[in-house]
Amino acid sequence: MAVTSERRSRESSLAQVGVVAKYNFLNYFRARRFYVMIAIVLLISGLLTFVIAYRRPAGILTADLGFLSLVWGSFVSLIVILSTAFFGGDAISSEFQNRTGYFLVPNPIRRSVIYVGKWIAALTASTIILLVYAAVAIANSLYYFGFTLPNEFFLSVLYAWIFLAAALSFAFAFSSLFKSSSIAVLMSVIMLLFVFNVIDTVASSLAGVEPWFSITYGAGVVQSVLTVPYPPHVFSTPVGPGGGFSLTIFTAPVWEGLAILGIYFAVMAVLGLWLFERKEFTA
Amino acid sequence: MPPSLEAVGLSKKFGNFAALTDLNLKLQGAKCVGFLGPNGAGKTTTMKIFTGLISASSGRALINGVDVSKDKKGALASCTSLIETPEIYSSLTPKEALTMLCAIRGVPSSERNKRIDEAIGRVKMQEWENKKVGSFSKGMKQRINVASTLLSDPEVIILDEPTTGLDPRGMTEVRDIVKSLDDRLVFMSSHLLAEVTEVCDEVAMIDHGKLLVYDSIGAVTAKFSGGGGNVDVGFSHPVEAQTISIVGSVMGVLSVIPGSERHLLLKFDPKTTSQEKLFEGLAAMRVGVTSLKETSSGLEDAYLSLIKETL
Repeated sequence: MAVTSERRSRESSLAQVGVVAKYNFLNYFRARRFYVMIAIVLLISGLLTFVIAYRRPAGILTADLGFLSLVWGSFVSLIVILSTAFFGGDAISSEFQNRTGYFLVPNPIRRSVIYVGKWIAALTASTIILLVYAAVAIANSLYYFGFTLPNEFFLSVLYAWIFLAAALSFAFAFSSLFKSSSIAVLMSVIMLLFVFNVIDTVASSLAGVEPWFSITYGAGVVQSVLTVPYPPHVFSTPVGPGGGFSLTIFTAPVWEGLAILGIYFAVMAVLGLWLFERKEFTA
Repeated sequence: MPPSLEAVGLSKKFGNFAALTDLNLKLQGAKCVGFLGPNGAGKTTTMKIFTGLISASSGRALINGVDVSKDKKGALASCTSLIETPEIYSSLTPKEALTMLCAIRGVPSSERNKRIDEAIGRVKMQEWENKKVGSFSKGMKQRINVASTLLSDPEVIILDEPTTGLDPRGMTEVRDIVKSLDDRLVFMSSHLLAEVTEVCDEVAMIDHGKLLVYDSIGAVTAKFSGGGGNVDVGFSHPVEAQTISIVGSVMGVLSVIPGSERHLLLKFDPKTTSQEKLFEGLAAMRVGVTSLKETSSGLEDAYLSLIKETL
């Protein structure tokens, strides 16, 4: 049989990344979870908007930075973590559990291309969620303080997006580790929402050790940048009767926080990809 | 160069369980090869290795001479497959899912719509092409999966029980599609021996991870079926003991088993008697014979002869 060149044509990996990202995003965009996440964001934003409008707390409404620190900074990490769990928690494990991998993988496409394409789709969906939350915070700020927004807010949005990228990388690694979607999602949420926060508290407050190894410690820059002047790297204060016990609070400087997030992003991306490359589609 | 699929010393272990042991099999040229074996024999394992879903413990899987483990993208460039029953992203429509595959496989964008329409038409899913896959039945999804194997003009097609989940009409349609792919190499596993007999030119049988035989269906049948024939004989009236006795005396008849009220099941020796001679012999007895139908194919006999137990 004559072999035509078309039969053996290959699409470039870069183009394939775009295809996988496009159709996975479409899948996210049409799924219920996307609208549930939007609803959560609107609920949190709406609640904050309502409480501030109703109570009009003087301490909050005196400075735009303090106001944004509350309406944006207080909950943005939670939004990032929930988005990560919603869009990244089962991104890879569902290919095994739901058997969609049997449709996609046996094609002339590298697994790394599928992984990156799915990561970009999850990042895009999560970024939309983040922007919706930022839009409500901006609208509130414009209402109370006029058409000026402090630069620190834009830096905070940028840092939140970097945290999102790192957290998604982390969630994808867990998703590659487990074949069960629910376990993968649960593990991501538990780790990012509870375990790292416990580690941060125990390491800094009790052991007096800077938790430079924790992703949530690095993500502290999202909130810290909204404080002027920027909080000191190390702050100790005596607590307890007679001040016999010293409580140490560490705040990652911007460079350190971003370095932690960058390292998490890179290490978890390599680990997740390595796991996915080796994972087998068995019953 | 003709299309080819080759397993060289292919082995796969899951822990201590050897799912595949030193499989050596070379399929070459445009034809359909049936892949038979009991549950757990290693059929799906072999096909998963060829499609990069799992990796071999040792050995090589080559498609058109390209090693899947070393260059999956190159090996699968000219090969499509349907392994088990894949699921499609539930919120996509068949048209979108197939467009995604066309884009991944490098089908020129100017040809995508035509190819997709043709493929969807062949599996009779035009009415559903813009509905979300999430609402489809298993059989409808399998039709889309079959369509996905036709999109990119592949040289090699690997099908793992492609008629699974389909209704009788769907099964017939898929068989017709497979039969029409006579200018490609089709490697198809199935539990349905009649299906393999109808569709395939050659057959490979595997059991406990080892290849038992690979040859044309005719050669396998001739060598392993033992030549024994089984026929169902119909009568115009209820069968009586005397009729059984008379039929049993016909030359070449080895045994007679009562079937339903007007039927007998005969086993005959085809070395001494052809079906034609058998029918003539039965007719000459004037016992009211109205029909004679083969009840098991030679392939079935060969299968049962080669594969003694199912697990």
